[in-house]
Parts: sequence; C-alpha cells; structure tokens
Amino acid sequence: MRIRVLLFARYAELAGRDELEIEVPPPLTVGDVWRWVGERYPELGRLEDRPMMACDRIYAQADRSLKGGEEVAFFPPVGGG
Amino acid sequence: MGRLTFDPIDPDRLVAAVRRPTRGAVATFVGTVRSPNRGKEVLHIEYSAYEPMAEQVLDAIEAELRDRYPEIGVAALHRLGRIGVGDASVVVAVAAPHRQEALQACSDWIEQMKVRVPIWKKEFYSDGSAWVDNRDCTDPDRPAPPSPHRSS
Repeated sequence: MRIRVLLFARYAELAGRDELEIEVPPPLTVGDVWRWVGERYPELGRLEDRPMMACDRIYAQADRSLKGGEEVAFFPPVGGG
Repeated sequence: MGRLTFDPIDPDRLVAAVRRPTRGAVATFVGTVRSPNRGKEVLHIEYSAYEPMAEQVLDAIEAELRDRYPEIGVAALHRLGRIGVGDASVVVAVAAPHRQEALQACSDWIEQMKVRVPIWKKEFYSDGSAWVDNRDCTDPDRPAPPSPHRSS
C-alpha cells in the first residue's frame, strides 16, 4: 500500500527532502513508517527525540494502523506563536 | 477565523472583525520577534508550517474556546515566512460581553496554539541559525508564569 510521507523543519533539512511516497506491504503503523524513514535517512534515524506524528492532519500515536492512501507527517516539537 | 498569512498583520482589522455591540470587551495579544533571544542577537526569524494541518488545529482551538466561552468572537492570524525583529508574528483578538472571558480566552488561545499548531520557527544570527521550539522557554528575563486560573 502507498503512503505519502511529509517531513518538516529540521527533519526535512536532515533528510534533504520534505515529501516522499512509500510503497510497503501491510500491516503498517505510523511508527513503522517512522522507522522506515529512519533507515532510509540515517540522519533522522539517529535522532534521539521522538517526533510528533500526524495521520491525515490529525495527531496520531505510533501504534496507529494504516490502510493505505494516508498522508503521514513527522515533525519536531512545534515553535509557533 | 484562525489563519495563516505571509503578509504583515494589521491588528485593527482583527479587532474590527470580532467587535459587536453585545461584546463589551476586546482582548488582543500580539507576539513579536524578540532580540536578543537566549542571549543571542537575532537578525530575523523564519516561520514555516504544515499549512493545511495548522489551519485545522487553529479551527479546533477556536471551536473549543467557543464551547468554553459561548459568547466570544475570535480572530487570529499567524504570519509565515521571514519576519524582522519587533514585527508581529501572531495576533489574536477575542471579544466577549465581559472582560474576564475576553482576557482568559485570549490567554487560552495563545497557550494552546504554542503547543499544538504545526508551525516552526528558525532564528537567524550573524553566525548561523537555529530552530527554536516552544519547549525551550528558558529566557532568564522571562517572568514566572502565573498560577493556573481556577474557574469558579
């Protein structure tokens, strides 16, 4: 199944890109996608902080299962305001 | 209204958007780019966002506030892109029949948006730049936050 992955801020800088599409067999959780990204981009894999995670623009936990077609985002602690 | 812009913010327009004859109080918060920050002189800041999600979260914060304070009006703008020292990065105006709701809802809005909205800040110095997140409120000049408000 296909998942769209968005990266922001420092994570996008470390990976050198802010968007990728992955094709992975089920079952798959949001946490699995982060691990996949960390293996593909070791600079992210080496990070100690746990990312904030969102699925289809709603905050999600790592154990959230995916069905395919979702937009998953990973980002550092926010800094607005 | 809880929105994003790349343009300078006019607080008067936000105040005008929430004023009603029935609302006798308007509380406004303006956040500006501060220098120095954490001891370093800041040249400018860049804000970036996960824009569609940021708009959704801002809408959710506003809806929650209107549940808690049913008579209020809220108008807010967060600026993205490059912002100079002293310029406004975020403005929120809250109008309510009475001052307690206006002031409290205004405070609640900024406290909520700082921990929930997917917006990031990068500070630029003469010798480099750094991402600054809202966990890092360690400015020694910043007064201690007030005790949590107890609603009666």
